[in-house]
Amino acid sequence: MVDISVMLCGIELSNPVIPASGTFGYGYEFREFYDINILGSFSFKGTTKEPRFGNPTPRIAECTAGMINSVGLQNPGIEKVISEELPKLKECFNKPVIANISGFSVEEFVYCCELIDNCEQVGIIEVNVSCPNVKHGGMSFGTSEKSVFEVTKAVKKVTTKPVVIKLSPNVTDIVSIAKACEDGGADGISLINTLLGMKIDLKTKKPVVANKMGGFSGPAILPVAVRMVYSVYEAVKIPIIGMGGVSRAEDVIELMLAGAAAVQVGAANLINPYAAKEIIEDLPKVMNKYGIKSLKDIIGGAHNG
Amino acid sequence: MTKGLYNISHNKKIAKDIYEMKLTGDTSSLSQPGQFINILIDGFYLRRPISVCDYDKNSITIIYKTVGEGTEYLSTLKENSGLDILVGLGNGFDTKKSGGSPLLIGGGVGVPPLYMLAKRLIDEGKSVKVIIGFNSKDEVFYEKEFNALGAKTFVTTADGSYKTRGFVTDALHLVGTYSYFYTCGPKPMLKAVYNSCETEGQFSFEERMGCGFGACMGCSCKTKYGDKRICKEGPVLQKEEIIW
Repeated sequence: MVDISVMLCGIELSNPVIPASGTFGYGYEFREFYDINILGSFSFKGTTKEPRFGNPTPRIAECTAGMINSVGLQNPGIEKVISEELPKLKECFNKPVIANISGFSVEEFVYCCELIDNCEQVGIIEVNVSCPNVKHGGMSFGTSEKSVFEVTKAVKKVTTKPVVIKLSPNVTDIVSIAKACEDGGADGISLINTLLGMKIDLKTKKPVVANKMGGFSGPAILPVAVRMVYSVYEAVKIPIIGMGGVSRAEDVIELMLAGAAAVQVGAANLINPYAAKEIIEDLPKVMNKYGIKSLKDIIGGAHNG
Repeated sequence: MTKGLYNISHNKKIAKDIYEMKLTGDTSSLSQPGQFINILIDGFYLRRPISVCDYDKNSITIIYKTVGEGTEYLSTLKENSGLDILVGLGNGFDTKKSGGSPLLIGGGVGVPPLYMLAKRLIDEGKSVKVIIGFNSKDEVFYEKEFNALGAKTFVTTADGSYKTRGFVTDALHLVGTYSYFYTCGPKPMLKAVYNSCETEGQFSFEERMGCGFGACMGCSCKTKYGDKRICKEGPVLQKEEIIW
């Protein structure tokens, strides 16, 4: 028997597989497909202080080995998420959930985290400073050491829950940004969010998505994620949640070898609603194939020797 | 929704750039006309959402247009090839509101879902009239099939190469009175129908989708009843809720 359990910010997860924010709604809709309690956890749809409709459509473009989205943080707002979405989730998910929070100012991040701090269902807060699809905020918080430090410090003051900062790959030096999060008191780091990308339609000769650019995700970005997790692992002591193009159990193991303590699955959920379930089921098989007895033992394994 | 492997029992060209494909497999998750399926095509990352034209206990008929590399590849697939498909997606047409003499208006690849709808309405004993519009004579399909169901069918072509010249709305004066309408087609056509038809009705919308089952929020739209996802609460919306 292999051991697929992992520890993340003091919480034991039955397995490292976590559907990524924005690809799994608020969870309960996936119970039509399978019992979502088999998941390690999941990160709910990026939530902001105010309700947001998001960007104009088209919001989606297909690319080779991936896709671009410019949804733009559509969500009903933190109050409705707490009063309506979380109770619905409670009926079908009995594990601690990861609350993904976005904002347009430090005050908005603080406001949401303060409210979420009272939600028993939430095990970890994932602060998204890396959304490429919103102006005046979003990714801009995640591209400077000073602002990630400030956001991290401010939210840590208002919550006792572990705070994980979700970082953008669209930066010059991911390591210094990750260090700034650790210095600000972060309990972990999620990386990577989508890469800023663009797709042009040869027939119309114009960008496919209305917002022109969007976040590129899918299998094509896995090597970027592996490289960034690897580099950040060497520089910080806090755990890393690795993500970016994960589609198979093999990818989970690769990111863990690079240094991830847990792994998120994003775009793959959109192509196959059973993706996370199938990855969890495949893990023991793939571990056996590569002579791995316990996932906990392989975290950062690529760095030794 | 069900996810499964479906077998192509035929895949043939029926008009210019238009193909009819019949798939065999589990259809238990389909319940209404106007629902769609989402097809995974080898070598392409996103699935292709295509509306259901007809179905029975173990087969689904779709009609699609080759609009890009994905659908072009789909058109080359041979009989007995397998396809990974999500079936039973979306919220289709509601036949209860139709009254006794509904009018169905379709344009181009918006025509196929109306076939199953016409069949259903006729089964319910209603007198169905249909207007189907195309760009040109070589793109016309399913006129005979609609007539065979017993629906009085009017055809328009934008260039006047077949039957009534103009858009679907140019044939409205030919159909006489109707109790309700159902429509599917390109957005400008839907808008023209919205402005021309005075009864209540239902509209089936198209949008670029990520997942097709409500997870990604890629196809959201605003309605008078709040934000909706074309793939989940749609693709069919009621006339009174639409915001253009």
